[in-house]
Amino acid sequence: MRNLTTGALIAGSTMLSPFAAYAQTEVQFWHAFTGRLGELVAAQVEQFNAGQDDFIVVGSHKGNYSETLNAGIAAFRAGEQPQILMVFEVGTATMMSAEGAVRSVTEVMEASGADFDPDAYISSVNGYYTNTDGEMLSLPFNASTPVLWVNRNAFEAAGVDPDTDLSTWQNVGEVLGQLQDGGSTCPLTTAWQSWIHLENFSAYHDVPFATQDNGFAGVDTELAFNGPAQVAHISAMGEWAQDGKFFYAGRRNEGGANFRAGECALFTESSAGYAGIKAEAAFDFDVRPLPYWDGVGNSPQNTIIGGASLWVMEGHEAAEYEGAAQFLAFLSSSDVQSKWHQDTGYLPITTAAADATRAAGFYDENLGTEVAVIQMTMNEPTANSKGLRLGSFDQIRGIIDEELEAVWVGDKDAQTALDSAVERGNVLLRRFEQAN
Amino acid sequence: MEKRVTFKGWLLPLCLIAPQVLVSAVFFFYPAGQAIYQSLFIPDPFGLSTQYVGLGNFEFLFSDRFYRTSFLTTAIFSTLVTLASMIPALFLAVVADRLIKGAGVYRTMLIWPYAVAPAIAGVLWLFMFNTRVGVVSWYLGNLGYDWNHVLNGGEAMGLVVVASAWGRISYNFLFFFAALQAIPKSVIEAAAIDGARFWKRFWTIVLPLLSPTTFFLLVVNIVYAFFETFGVIHTITSGGPQQSTTVLVYKVFSDGFVGQDLGSSAAQSVVLLVVVGALTIFQFKFIERRVHY
Repeated sequence: MRNLTTGALIAGSTMLSPFAAYAQTEVQFWHAFTGRLGELVAAQVEQFNAGQDDFIVVGSHKGNYSETLNAGIAAFRAGEQPQILMVFEVGTATMMSAEGAVRSVTEVMEASGADFDPDAYISSVNGYYTNTDGEMLSLPFNASTPVLWVNRNAFEAAGVDPDTDLSTWQNVGEVLGQLQDGGSTCPLTTAWQSWIHLENFSAYHDVPFATQDNGFAGVDTELAFNGPAQVAHISAMGEWAQDGKFFYAGRRNEGGANFRAGECALFTESSAGYAGIKAEAAFDFDVRPLPYWDGVGNSPQNTIIGGASLWVMEGHEAAEYEGAAQFLAFLSSSDVQSKWHQDTGYLPITTAAADATRAAGFYDENLGTEVAVIQMTMNEPTANSKGLRLGSFDQIRGIIDEELEAVWVGDKDAQTALDSAVERGNVLLRRFEQAN
Repeated sequence: MEKRVTFKGWLLPLCLIAPQVLVSAVFFFYPAGQAIYQSLFIPDPFGLSTQYVGLGNFEFLFSDRFYRTSFLTTAIFSTLVTLASMIPALFLAVVADRLIKGAGVYRTMLIWPYAVAPAIAGVLWLFMFNTRVGVVSWYLGNLGYDWNHVLNGGEAMGLVVVASAWGRISYNFLFFFAALQAIPKSVIEAAAIDGARFWKRFWTIVLPLLSPTTFFLLVVNIVYAFFETFGVIHTITSGGPQQSTTVLVYKVFSDGFVGQDLGSSAAQSVVLLVVVGALTIFQFKFIERRVHY
C-alpha cells in the first residue's frame, strides 16, 4: 500500500515536474562486496546510471553473504525489500522456495522486453540457477569454480619438477610424498573443503551428492555423498593429513594466507583467488585443473560453481522491474562481463564474454586464467554436475566441516564421518521440507 | 534485618516504578512472549507461511545429541569465562587500589579493552593464535608445543574463553576497584594495628565487604557468558571443531541467522530463557544468603 502511495506520488510529481531527472525510477541493489570487488561493482553501477536517463540503480553493501541474505529477508518481512538482492549459491534453495518473495529473472526480462537469451549463458553457470522447467530464476553474477594452484618455487626447492602431471589425484599423492621428502612442511592445503572436496568432487566425477538430481527435482532430497568415490577421496586426504602432507588451515579460505606466503606447494581454491594470489605471491605460480581420480569414471565431467547470483524480489512497481531488467541485461552484456571476468577471476557468465576475453588475448598473457572456464565448459552438465539445490545448506556445510575435521585429526575414518554427515544433514533437509 | 521504605498513597510509588515496568514490558516481556509464541511454529524464512507444530520444535531439538551435549559445553564455557574474567579483575583492582602514583593512568589502560567490540576482540585473538602466522602460536611452536585450535577442541575452548573474558576483565575491574575504594581505610588500619597481615586482612575483611559487588558481578558475568559471547565464538571457531565450542547461545544465532530456521531458534531461546531464569533464582536463593550488605 505504501509502495503504491509512494509510486503515485512519484508519478504525480513526474507529470508536474519540468525536470527530466525526476523521472528516474530508483532500483535498489543490495550486495555483499567490499574492498576491490566493492569498487568494481560500484563502477558497474555508475556506468549503468551514466548510460541512460530512465533509471537510477542504488548499490548498497549489506555485509557478508549471510548478512546480505538476512538483510534481504528481514527487509522483505518489513515490506522494505530491495528490487535486486545478491544471494550466495548455498542460499539458492531458500530463495527458490520463497515463492511470493522472488520473481524469476526470465519473467522479469521477458516482461520488460530487455535483451535476454538464456542460451547465451554458459550452461554450467546458468544451470545452477535454472529450474527443471528451464526457467532462469536468478542472474548468475559472480561465479567461480575450484582449481589447483601450484607454487613452482616450492616444487623446485623440494627438488620436484614443477611441470609434473598433476591431473590425477594418484599423481598428486605421489608428488605430495616427494615434496615432503624434499622438506616441504605444507605440501597441500585447501580452502572451502566441502565445496571443493565433496560438492565439486562429486560433480567432477559424475556421482550424486544428493538424490533428486542434487535437489533440483524436489525438496524430498537426501544426501548421498557417502558413496565409494567420495569415501575413497576423503580417506586419502585423511591419510595425507595424518602424514603431514595435507595441512588443514580452516573451514573458509584460511589456507590462502599460507599459500600466498609461499609456505604451501599446492592449494585447492576458487578461481576467484586469482586477484589475491597475483597481488601477493612472491613466487611463480601455475593454475591447473582440479585433479581427478583415475579409475572412478571414464573422464572428468565438469566442476560446479560457487559465488552468488542476483535475485529480483516481489512487491514492486512495473517501472522498477523494468529498471531491474535493464540493469541485469547491462551486467550480462559482453563488455561488462569480460571486464569483470578479467579483473576478478570470476567466470564469464556468457559464452560471448569468454570469447571476447580470448579474442583480446587475455588468456595468452595471463596463463592459467582460462583453466576454470575450460573446466566448467568441457562437458554438457549431467544431473550430477548441474549444481546443488539443497535447503539449510549453509548449516549442512557446517556439519560436513565438523565431520571432515574429525577425519583430518584422526578421530573418525572417512566412511564413518561421511555416513554421520549424511545422517545429520538429512535431518535438516527433512525440516526444510516441512517448512517449505 | 529488612530495610523497607514505606510510601503513603500509591501515586508516587507507581510513578517511580512505571519507567522500569514499561522498559521491561517493551524490551523484555514482549520479545520473550514472541519467542514463546514463535517456538510453536515452523515458519519459512520470508514469513510467507507458517506451520503450527506445537512442541515439535522442542522435540526436534532434544532429539539432537549435539544439542544435549551443548548444555555441558555451555556449563564449562560459562564457568570458565566467569572465573577468567573475575579473578584477574579482582587481582588487578587490589593492585591498583594499593597504587599511590599514576593510578589514573593504570585505571584508564585497564578499562580500555572493554571498549573493543566482541567480534573485533575475537579477530584480534584469532590473529595472535593463528596456527601458522600467529605470534603466540609461533612462540609456542618454538617451545615445542604445536598449537592448533582449528582441530583441537580443548585449545579452541581455551581460546574462546580467553577472548570472551578479556574485555570483561575491564568491566569487572571497574566495579571491584570502586568497591575497594569504598571500604573505610580505618577498618583496614585497625586490623593492621592488631597485627593482621595482608592476606589475613584480605580474607577476613576485604573479601566479605566486597561480597555484594562480587555477587552482582557473578550474576552479570554468567548472563554475559550465556548471551553475549556468540560474536567471539562466531569469529574464532564458528562453534567448531566438532561442536566443541558450540554453546547454547551460539546455536541460537547460527540456526536463526545462518540456517534461517526460526522455529528452532525461537525454541532454543525459550530453553535458554528457562535455564538462565533458573540459574538466577538459584543464585538469589542460595548464594545471596552469604552476601553481607
